[in-house]
Amino acid sequence: VIDKEARRLYIMDPIQTSQSLEEKKLRNLSGYFVFHFMLWWNGEDLVKPICAVSGNLNLQVEHFTFLPSIADSIREASLVISHAGSGSIFETLRLGKPLIVVVNEDLMDNHQSELAEELAEQNHLLCAHPQTLRETVEAMDLHALQPYIPGEARPVVALINEFLGFPV
Amino acid sequence: QQNVSLDSPINIHVTSAGGHTAEMMNIVTELQKDRFTPRYYVAALTDNMSLPKAQVYEKSLIHVEGDRETIIENAEFMQIYRSREVGQSYITAIATTLRAILHAMWLIIRIRPQVIFCNGPGTCIPLCASAFLLKVLGLGWSSIFYIESIARVKKLSLSGLLLYKLRMADQFFVQWPQLQQKYPRAQYAGRLM
Repeated sequence: VIDKEARRLYIMDPIQTSQSLEEKKLRNLSGYFVFHFMLWWNGEDLVKPICAVSGNLNLQVEHFTFLPSIADSIREASLVISHAGSGSIFETLRLGKPLIVVVNEDLMDNHQSELAEELAEQNHLLCAHPQTLRETVEAMDLHALQPYIPGEARPVVALINEFLGFPV
Repeated sequence: QQNVSLDSPINIHVTSAGGHTAEMMNIVTELQKDRFTPRYYVAALTDNMSLPKAQVYEKSLIHVEGDRETIIENAEFMQIYRSREVGQSYITAIATTLRAILHAMWLIIRIRPQVIFCNGPGTCIPLCASAFLLKVLGLGWSSIFYIESIARVKKLSLSGLLLYKLRMADQFFVQWPQLQQKYPRAQYAGRLM
C-alpha cells in the first residue's frame, strides 16, 4: 500500500544513492512522495545536477554537509532512504521510521551490508542496491515492517561489573 | 574469572568515528560513574567527530559542588596516531605502525589504566597490545573489555579477530548470537543499540 499524500522524502548520505537516482527514478519517487526531498552529502558539485532535476519535478531539495543531529529531520520524514552505516540505521529505527537501506558494495566494505541484510531478514527495514532502489520503492509495503525494539547496554555492563568484582 | 577489588579505576575508552562512538557512549552512560573515574577517551588523530560526542556527554555530567562552585571534571580526551590510514601504502604503514605502537605505549605508561574499553577501531590494537604487554611483564594490570561493533553480524572485524585469537581481552562481547556460535569464547549479552 503506497501512501499518495504529499510527504517528505529524506535521503541520508546519498553520495552513492543520488548517483543512482537518475531523473527517471526521481520522477517515479515523486509520483508517490512529491513535496520535499532532503539530501545530505559532502560535494558541492553534486548539488547542481540534483537541484536541476528536482526543479523539473517540483521537488524541494535541501542539502547540508553536516548536521549535529539528524534526529529532527528524521522525525519529519515519512520514509528514510539511507546508506548502510549503523549510526544512520539505528537512529532511524529508534525513531520508528520506515527505512530503506541502499547497500553499495562498490564504495564500502562488505561488512557494512551484513547489518542491513540481517535487519531486513528480521523485517525491520528494506534493503536495496542502487540498481534495485526503484523497484524496491515501487513494490514496498511499509506497513509490513516490524518495529525495532532498541537494545541496551545494561546486560553487558552487568557482566563487566561482575568480572571486576563490583556488586552488581 | 578475575575478582579484583577496585576503587575508582582509571579507565580508557577507545572511540572512533561513526556508529562506534554511539555504541561506546551507550556503555559509558550505563556505567556507574563513581566506579569508573577518571575516564580517558582516546580517538585517532584524524578523527574529528568522536571526541566531541564524548565531550558533550561528559559536559552534561559536570556538577557544581556547594558554594565554592568547584567544577568537577572526570574526563580527559586524547588523540592517538593510527597505525595506517585508509588507502595508505603498506610500506609506509610499517613506519606509522611503529609510531602508533610507541605512542600507545607511552599513553598506557602515563595513564596506567586499570580498565580499558574498546569496540573495534584499529586504534585500540596498539593500546591493548601495550597494556597486555605490561600485564605479561608484571608491570601493570589492565582489564581489557572488547565489544565488537553491532555492524558485525557474521564476521569479526580485524581488531576483534586479533584480540580474540591472541586472547588479549579479558572479556570479549559480540552483539549477535551468530557470532557467539562461531566464536565460543565470546559472550553474547544482547545488542547495545
